[in-house]
Amino acid sequence: MSKFQLRRPAKRRLPLEWLGILPFVAFAMLFLVLPTMKIVVGAFQTSDGGFTLQNLIDLNTASIRSAYWTSIKLSLITALLGCAVGFAMASAVVFGGLPKRVRSPLLTFSGVASNFAGVPLAFAFIATIGPAGLITLELRDLGINLRAYGFNLLSFWGLVVTYLFFQIPLMILIIIPALDGLKREWREAADVLGATSLQYWRMVALPILFPSLLGTFALLFANAFGAVATAFALTGPQLNIVPIKLFAQIRGDVLGNPNLGYALAFGMIVITGLANVTYIVLRTRSERWLK
Amino acid sequence: MTRFLAWTAFLLGVLYFILPLIGMTEFSLKMRRGEYSFDAYRAVFGDPRFWETFSYSLTLAAATIVFGVLLVVPTAYWVRLKLPQARPIIEFITLLPLVIPAIVIVFGYIRLYNTSSILPLTGSALGTDILLTMGYATLALPYMYRAVDTGLRTIDVATLTEAAQSLGAGWFTILARIILPNVLVAVLSGAFLTLAIVIGEFTMAALLNRPAFGPFMQLLGANRAYEPPALAVIAFAITWGCMGLIQLVTRFSKHERAKV
Repeated sequence: MSKFQLRRPAKRRLPLEWLGILPFVAFAMLFLVLPTMKIVVGAFQTSDGGFTLQNLIDLNTASIRSAYWTSIKLSLITALLGCAVGFAMASAVVFGGLPKRVRSPLLTFSGVASNFAGVPLAFAFIATIGPAGLITLELRDLGINLRAYGFNLLSFWGLVVTYLFFQIPLMILIIIPALDGLKREWREAADVLGATSLQYWRMVALPILFPSLLGTFALLFANAFGAVATAFALTGPQLNIVPIKLFAQIRGDVLGNPNLGYALAFGMIVITGLANVTYIVLRTRSERWLK
Repeated sequence: MTRFLAWTAFLLGVLYFILPLIGMTEFSLKMRRGEYSFDAYRAVFGDPRFWETFSYSLTLAAATIVFGVLLVVPTAYWVRLKLPQARPIIEFITLLPLVIPAIVIVFGYIRLYNTSSILPLTGSALGTDILLTMGYATLALPYMYRAVDTGLRTIDVATLTEAAQSLGAGWFTILARIILPNVLVAVLSGAFLTLAIVIGEFTMAALLNRPAFGPFMQLLGANRAYEPPALAVIAFAITWGCMGLIQLVTRFSKHERAKV
C-alpha cells in the first residue's frame, strides 16, 4: 500500500512511461477489443444502425435455443468428465504410489494432447470408433455392433468422447501443481487427530482444492464451448451447436439476418465470459493456499 | 487398495489416449487392400496442395512468432521495469483470448476490416494474410505473454538495465542484447507453442478464406478415406515435435545454469 503511494508523485512527473506499452495497447485495441466491441454493438443494432433489442429477442427460436442448449450440455458434460477423469489420473500419479517415472511422460503427453485439437483429432477418432474404425471393426468381429447399441461417433456422445481427448489433459496440466501444493503436514496432522482417509479428503483436501477444481471446470467449459474445428471436421455443418451455427452464418448468412449473427456471437461471449470470470475469481482465491 | 485404484485409473486413462493414436496409425496404413503400406502418406506427400498449404501455414507461423516476440518481450520488460501498476490491466488483456472464442474474434475482423471500412484489410490477399497473422498473434498471446513474463521473473531486470545503461547502452541494445538472450528459453517455449497452435488452425483461416493447412486437412477429410488419418499422424508428430523442442530448450537451459 505504502509502495503505491510512494510511486504516485513519480507517476505524475513521468507520464511518458505509459508510452512504452502503447504498441501493445494499440494491438490489443485493433485486433482484440474493437472487433469484439463491433460484435457486441452490432447485437444491439438494427440493419440501419438504430438501437434495438430485437436481435436478442429473435434468438429465441426453436433452432437457436436448441443449439445453445446442446452447446451448453456438451460443454458441461465434457468439462465434468474431463475434470473427474483428469483428477483421478493426476491424483493416481501424485498420491497413488505410482512410480515416479510416469509423472514426467504424463505431463509431456498432456501438453501434446491438449494441443492436439481441431481437425486431426476428429480424423483420429473417425479412424478409431468411426463406422469403419479400428475398434468398431474389432468389436464387430467379437459380435458387438456399436451402432446397435446406439453409439454413433457423428453425434452428441461421439463429440463428448472426442472432446475429452483435449479436456482431460488440460485438467491434468492444471491440477497436478495444485495437488503438489497440498502439504504433507496437513495429511499428517489429520492422521494424528485420528481422521480417516475419507475424512481427510472431505474435510481438508477437497475444500482447499475446491476453488481450483471449480475454476478449471470453468476453463474446460469455455474451452469446449468455443471449439469449432473438431466438431466441424467430425460432423460437417449439420450438427446443431452454436459455434457451427455461427460458422455457417459468417460464411453464408444462413439466418438471413446479419444482425442476428452478431446476437448469436454475443451470446457466446456472454456464456464463455461468465465461465471465465468464475475461473479468474476462483483461481485468485485458490492461489492463496498454494504459497 | 489405494495403489490398485490408482493403477486402474491411470491405466484406463492411458488406454483411452492410446487407442485413437493406434486407430489413426493403423487406418492410415490400410490404403492398399489386404496389406499395410505407406500409400496414404505417399498420396499426401505427392499432393502439391499439401506442400502449398503447409508452407503457407509455416510462413504465417513464423510471421506470428516474430511479431509476437517483438510485441510481447518489450511490453513485458517495460511493465516489469517501469509500470508495475499496469500489470493487472496487461494480464487481463492477455487472458481475453481465452475468454472470447476465436470464431467471435474473426467474425469481428471480417466486419471491422471489410472492403468498405477505413482499414480494408480483407480487400487484398496480403491484407488478409496480415489480418490472419494478427489473429494468430491474438490466439497465442496468453501463452506467449505468460512464458516471457515467467522468464523475466527469473532475472534481475532492474539491475541488468542499470548496468547496461551505465555502460552506455540504449533501449534497443538493452532489449536485443541483454534482455532477449536472457529470456531466450522462455521466448523459444512460447514460439514452439505458437507453432503448434498455428500450424493446424482451422477456424480463422477458413473464415478468412486463406489457403492454410487446417482448411486443407478439413477438405481432404470430407472427400477422402485414408489420407485424413495419415494427416492426423503427421499433425500429431508435429505437435509432439513442438512440445519436445520446448522440453529440450528448457532442459538445455537448466544444464547451462547448473554449469555456471
